Amino acid sequence: MSKFAKKKSGELPAVSTASLPDIVFMLLFFFMTVTVMKNSDVKVENTLPNASEIKKLEKKDRVITIYVGAPTKEFQKVFGTESKIQLNDKFADAGDVGDYILMERAKKPQELQNVLTTSLKVDKNANMGLIADIKQELRKVNALKVNYTTYEGDAFNNLK
Amino acid sequence: MADIAFLLLLFFLVTTTIETDAGLDRALPRKQKEPPIIDYQKKNILRVVLDKEGGLMVNEELVDVKDLREKVSGFIDNGGATADEEGYCTYCKGNADPSASDNPKKAIVAVNTHRETSYGAYITVQNELVAAYNQLRNREALGVFKMTYTAMEEAYQQPETSSAEKKELKRKIKHIQQLYPLNILEPEQL
Repeated sequence: MSKFAKKKSGELPAVSTASLPDIVFMLLFFFMTVTVMKNSDVKVENTLPNASEIKKLEKKDRVITIYVGAPTKEFQKVFGTESKIQLNDKFADAGDVGDYILMERAKKPQELQNVLTTSLKVDKNANMGLIADIKQELRKVNALKVNYTTYEGDAFNNLK
Repeated sequence: MADIAFLLLLFFLVTTTIETDAGLDRALPRKQKEPPIIDYQKKNILRVVLDKEGGLMVNEELVDVKDLREKVSGFIDNGGATADEEGYCTYCKGNADPSASDNPKKAIVAVNTHRETSYGAYITVQNELVAAYNQLRNREALGVFKMTYTAMEEAYQQPETSSAEKKELKRKIKHIQQLYPLNILEPEQL
């Protein structure tokens, strides 16, 4: 009887820290996986517009991405505040889009080369002139499947 | 402990890769040497113009963006051709206004923008156009196949759908698309 009574008395035991390394590792792994996902850093403002009637993009290996938007703060001194096209890691003109698409297409396996989609990630404040130029370039290289990538949401928010 | 850690790790791994991109799909027209001559009647074309201030004009008439969906679906689904004319639309439920489109196959929506129009406004308009088409396609699909068009498309993209089902779905989707083809034209910018 006395044995049991002894256990009951006394303060609260300290929280075990044996699991701390596990938790730390877990967080480490988590951040590692998340940062690997982005393979090119976006150098332009990229707040996508909202749309409600959206369709999911196909598999990632069939997508070529083009970013458009005003350069971010650190690049504004060099490139100004007008909307720019970003291909891979570089700023480019509309005239370079065709070559870029052909280059990216050549990198893909043969069987995917004619099912590729071009995903246009365009900032919602960009001008339509630039988009029209890009579309003309895409038509020149026969990259006709286009996806205007958006966030899911109410489309009327774009007008505010 | 380690088991739990691994479990959580796997959970994060899986959830972070699930995140996929979505957006509005559109097919660009093929590049042609000479611009094709469009011999369409004026009544079959709905002219949507989006100017640089974000103002919207439909057939030379100022329209609020919120009313665009109704306008467009009304135009497509109009079915202006009479029963004895060629191209009579048997499935249309519009007002059969003789000054609007004959049937959905002939109806064309022409979207024109200005170079300085903002992309956000453009996407809003595109979204409304797709919404108008989806609304009509859903209605038709629900009547014929007892399943909405958007649900069929979603089911088609699901990886767990068997190939036999996919084939069937594809046939149905094609059928609906043929009834309400997405005729969106983008002429040269202003």
